[in-house]
Parts: sequence; C-alpha cells; structure tokens
Amino acid sequence: MSDTHAHTVTYVRETMLPQSAPPSTAQGPVKWLRESLFSSIPYTILTLASLYVIYVVLAGFLPWLLGGVWNTSNIRECREVLDGAAGGCFSVLSERWNQLLFGIAYPQDGYWRPTLAFVLLFVAIAPVLFSSAPRKLLVVTAVYPFVAFWLIWGGSLLVPLAALVSVGVGYTVYSKLVKTSFAAGLAGGIVAAAVIWTILGFITPSLSGVLALEEVVSRNMGGFMLNMILGVICVSLSLPLGILLALGRQSRLPIIKMICVVFIEFIRGVPLITLLFVANVVLAYFLPPGTNFDLILRVIIMITMFASAYIAEVIRGGLAALPRGQYEGAESLGLDYAQSMRLIILPQALKISIPGIVNVAVGLFKDTTLVSIISMFDLVGMIRGPILASTDWNGVYWELWGFAALLFFVVCYGISQYSQWLERQLQTDHH
Amino acid sequence: MNKSVFFGAMTVAGLIAGASAAATLDDVKARGKLNCGVTTGLAGFAAPNASGEWEGFDVAVCRAVAAAVLGDPAAVEFIPTTGKTRFTALASGEIDFLARNTTWTFSRDVDLKFDFIGVNYYDGQGFMVPKSLGVSSAKDLDGATVCIQTGTTTELNLADFFRSNNISYEPVPIETNAEGQQQYLAGACDTYTTDASGLAATRATFEAPGDHIILPEIISKEPLGPLVRHGDNEWGDITRWTLYALIAAEELGVTSANVEEMAASTTNPEVARLLGTEGTLGEMLGLDAAWAKNAIASQGNYGEIFAKNIGEETPIGLARGLNAQWTDGGLMYAPPFR
Repeated sequence: MSDTHAHTVTYVRETMLPQSAPPSTAQGPVKWLRESLFSSIPYTILTLASLYVIYVVLAGFLPWLLGGVWNTSNIRECREVLDGAAGGCFSVLSERWNQLLFGIAYPQDGYWRPTLAFVLLFVAIAPVLFSSAPRKLLVVTAVYPFVAFWLIWGGSLLVPLAALVSVGVGYTVYSKLVKTSFAAGLAGGIVAAAVIWTILGFITPSLSGVLALEEVVSRNMGGFMLNMILGVICVSLSLPLGILLALGRQSRLPIIKMICVVFIEFIRGVPLITLLFVANVVLAYFLPPGTNFDLILRVIIMITMFASAYIAEVIRGGLAALPRGQYEGAESLGLDYAQSMRLIILPQALKISIPGIVNVAVGLFKDTTLVSIISMFDLVGMIRGPILASTDWNGVYWELWGFAALLFFVVCYGISQYSQWLERQLQTDHH
Repeated sequence: MNKSVFFGAMTVAGLIAGASAAATLDDVKARGKLNCGVTTGLAGFAAPNASGEWEGFDVAVCRAVAAAVLGDPAAVEFIPTTGKTRFTALASGEIDFLARNTTWTFSRDVDLKFDFIGVNYYDGQGFMVPKSLGVSSAKDLDGATVCIQTGTTTELNLADFFRSNNISYEPVPIETNAEGQQQYLAGACDTYTTDASGLAATRATFEAPGDHIILPEIISKEPLGPLVRHGDNEWGDITRWTLYALIAAEELGVTSANVEEMAASTTNPEVARLLGTEGTLGEMLGLDAAWAKNAIASQGNYGEIFAKNIGEETPIGLARGLNAQWTDGGLMYAPPFR
C-alpha cells in the first residue's frame, strides 16, 4: 500500500523551507497601524479626529513656545518685540527665576545653600527608597536633617551639631534600655536627649560665630524652595506619625485608642486651610507679642498633623485588609506586640497601603501651595502676589502658571513613578 | 486648677500686649527696624522688584516713617499681609504700622480698635469702557452690560448709582479681577467697574491701553489710608504727622532735591519749623529735630511719591484728581505745622 503510494508521488521535500518574513501588512509599523489605529471604519474616524485635535493644539502651542521672547525687561517691551506675533513672554522667567525658586528675600549669594541641600536630599533618601543602595549611606540620612537645616537657615554649625549630639545620646540610651522595656527605653532616651540639649544650650550661644553661615530668618524663605521644604519635612514626619496613629487606633488600650480616634477624626473633619489660619492668625492672639514662634514651624506642625491623620487612615485600611490568620500566626510564633508588628504585620500592611500613601503625599505636596493664602510667598504666592502685581509683569499669566505647573508636575510624576516601581519590587505573589 | 493657670497665662499675655502697645516707639527704636504691613502685591502700591526690594506708593509711606523715626528709610521689615490677615497682624503686634490700601470705615476705626492716621489715597469706584463704545459719561450707560465682582460693596454701589440715575443695566457676575479683565476684553460686557486705581492698573496691562477709557464719574468713597493700633497715641501722632509732613512738603514746595538747601536757607517760617531748623516739633514727638527732613529727603514729598509710583508718567497712569493739593482743587490738606 505504502509502496504504491510512494510511487505516485513524484517529489518529496526532504529539508525544511527557510523561514521567510511575514508579509509587510502583518508585521512592523504597518501591522501596528492597522491594528491599533485603523482596524475599522469608526476607529479610523476616531484616529483622524484625534490627530486633528493634536495638530490644532500643537499648532497653537509650539509657535507660542518656540517664538517666545526671553530677554526683555517688562511686558510692554515684550509686546513691542513680539509685535502681534504669537509668542510667550518668557522674559518674566529669565528675570524672576530666582524669586520663583527662592523667594524675594533669600540672600542672592546664598542660593548655592538650598541648592546643595536639595542635591544632598537625593543622597540622603536613596538608601530609604532603594534597597539596593549601599547601607552605609544611612549615616548620611541620619545626619541630613541637621546639615540641611544649617545650610538653609544658616547660623552656626554648632546648633544643629548640638541637636545631633543630643539625639545621638538619646538614641544610645534608648537602645540600652529598650531590651528591658520599650517604655523605659523611650522615656530614658527622651530625657537623656533633653538633658544634653539643655547643657549644650549654655555653650552654643557663646560660640555663635563658629562655622557660621549668614543667618536667614524663616520669613525670608519663599518660592519653590518653600514648597519643597514643607513637602519634604511634612511627608517624612507624617509617615511615622501616621503609622503610630493607625496602630494606636487599633490598640486594646482604651485611652490611647480614644486619643488617636479623636485626633484623627478631628483633623480629618477640618479643612487644611482652617488649620493654617489657626497657625497664622489665632495663635498670634494667644502668644504674647515678641514671642515670635516661627511661622514656618507653626505651618509645618499643622500640615504634618493634617497629613498624618490621612496617612493613619490609609494604613488602617492596609491593616484591616490583612487576614486575621496573619495576626494569629504572629502570636503563635511567640512574638510580642512590637515584634509581630515590625516583622509580620506592618511590612504587609504598608505594602498594601503604598498607593494610598503616595496619593496622600502627592496631595500634600500640592497642598503646600495653600500657604500663599496666609501671605507666605511660596511659588504660587510669589506669582499671585509680587510678580503679577509688579507694573513690569502684570498680565503675564500663561508663562508663569505654566512654569509652576511644570515644576509641580515633575515632582509629582517622579513620586508616582517611584511608587509604581516600588510596588513591582515588592510583588511577592506569582502570576 | 488648670483653668486658672490658663487664664493666668492669658492675663499675663494681655498685660504684656497692653504694655507693648503703649510704647510702640520704644519697641521700634530698640528693634532698630519698623515692622510694616503691606499687601502681598498690588501694582503701583506695593510690590517687590526684580532684586527683591519693595517699591510702591504704600511702601514709600512705610519708608518715610522709618526715616523719620530711625533716620534710615531702609530700616523696614516688610511683612506681606492678605486682606484676611492684615488686621490680626496689626492687632497682635506682629506689625507696628499697616499701609495696605485699606479703606477707612467706621467699623474698622471704632469696632476693630484701630486708628486711621489719615488718607494717602482717595479712591472710588469707576467705570472702564472701550473707546469704540463712544461713551463719555457713566450716565450714558443705559442698558449696558456691566462686569461686576459679586458679593462686594461695588455691587451695591453699582445698583444704587443706576437706580438713582433712573437708567437700567444688565450685570455680568464675575469672581475675581483677573476674570473681570478677561471677560471685559472678550467683549462679554460693555463696561467693567471696580476701584478707579484698580481699573487704571488693569488697563495698564492691556495690549492696547489707549483703546480703553476710564469714565470721569466716581460713584463711591474709598479713602485709603495707613493705620495703627488704637491706644498708643504717641505712635499714632508720629505716623500721622509723618504723612502730613509729606503732604505739607508738596504744598510748601519742599522736594527731595531741594530739602537740604531749603533747610539751610529758607525764609518761610513754616518750612523752617517743618524741617527742624526752627522750633521743637521733633522733640514734641520724641524724635530727632530732622525727622521730617529725613522722611522728605529719602522719599520725596507726596507729589513726588505719587508721580514716581502711580502718576501719569508711570504705566499705571493715574491723574491726581481728588488727590491733588487743596490749593489745586484736591482733598490733600495738611494741618499747619506750628
């Protein structure tokens, strides 16, 4: 049977055909275009309509951006140069960039100081954000707040140094005592730090000229620098506070639980702007005149309280999402409360909470612009107040607000990209 | 127990506040700086320039007071305040002097416990129209659409004005000045109404300011002046008479250019008293004899300050109008220096 069949076939291919490329319509950009943009008539119509919209937007925007004027000294000169042509008055940015970034009163020859603090910020947060960064950098992180304070506010290096020493001593005492009891460790640490700080407080004023940078008072902080200062400090303070509040709210100790619940519910029930007004206006009535309780400090406290209440609720969501078995498992291993929280519960709860925390952080960073309403010259306050009110630049809106939007977008987009990367890193389930 | 401690602390704070309110001059001298509240920015009246120095019509008054009290027009700490924070800043002692185009009203003077020391700018609500509308008086605006900020006194003034003149209008409600500017330029309304100085500043930002005119009618009274805390009359006198010194200097022909020469060789006894070469006016205020001379030398007289910051040569281009000297038909009238 097979033989006869074999004879009827005149040719049998014995080797494979070489692979040939798929037809041009089924690969590469053509395929992509056909499938994604022109797969059916309605899609084609939509694609063409979208292209038209993009064209219209760019046709308006690009000439404005590229035909802009960068070197006139006021809006009238700028309009003269443009002479009716489409183009932005970007001269306002080239003339006032320093005010937009640093505020009106920061000493001009000291701009390197906040800039350096800003650069160091990345070194300091690298080991916190990226687990692959060398662990030794954590030393920089610990020292950074004191260095940054010295760089931005100036004065003698000894003051932040004294603070660093007291914190260091406090931490040493804490780590010695914490083995016996957490509460004793905490109390001992705080007392030790306070004692050292008071003792050093007698020495530092007499040495105020040592390693001193020109002092800049808080009132003279402004521009995007102020937004960055408020954003960075408040986010980094409110995260630990928020964790404590979330744990406190779940605590079995009634007083702690009640304090946390009242704090969170009160703060969340009040708009941030109200808290800022309290910080700025109402406190001024209670404090005797002359006790100039630093305005930035007041604002930092209020924003931190506000953000920590929100973060606490986000983390409570993470804690609630953990199955009961995780808590019981931790207990069955014989771990005490602190250990089970640190090793089992919080790592999982925080991972679940990342999107929510980032959401709060991004919102908080943008909320720092609210300080413009209590007459602080942050980036928005700077634009709304001094720059738009100057006779030179009154009437330049798009260029200034576009610049502000760009700065905020860069930071917020960076934060959001990082959080997505972090979520991928922490992904332990398998797909 | 806790309550009594709290109230005790409040009382102490109140006492300290009272004590400091009574001696603002000493505080300022001890500090070496005048804490002056200004607006966060209003074209021509107060705004920092490119190098961060404050400039403007209200700023000049602050600097004049600093020059009179401390002899140095630069010894001023400018504290920007918003419409919401200005009064608490003054009442709490954060600032010594508020020069923030604030309208002098009964309730502010009496109920809020401040003292207005005078008027440095007589403002009032006005109308701006495009030239092409062909209107030369607000009374010709019958049937016009009017851009008006809602919830302000200007809204009430507008209704009163049109009703009393028996003409009709159609309001176009807007929220902010920037929105008003835009709506007006887009032709959404025939005329835009707000304070006349604000109209002038707004017009100055247009691409073609010459195509718009501000009508001569002013339909409300907005006397803008600096103010101090109630209760410290010595400090009130110093600031009041510094402002009057600037106004009198214009009337007497003393300018920043000729003040030295006038002080040395004037034959006019009032000029001599003003500039401290005769009499003891400075001593009566507790200041240096050259207090007014310093103020005038550093800032110029009222007319010079006006011309430099908001006058017709500047982009804002305000005419003197009501703010001319009484001898020129205006309202600026300094009591005699005697």
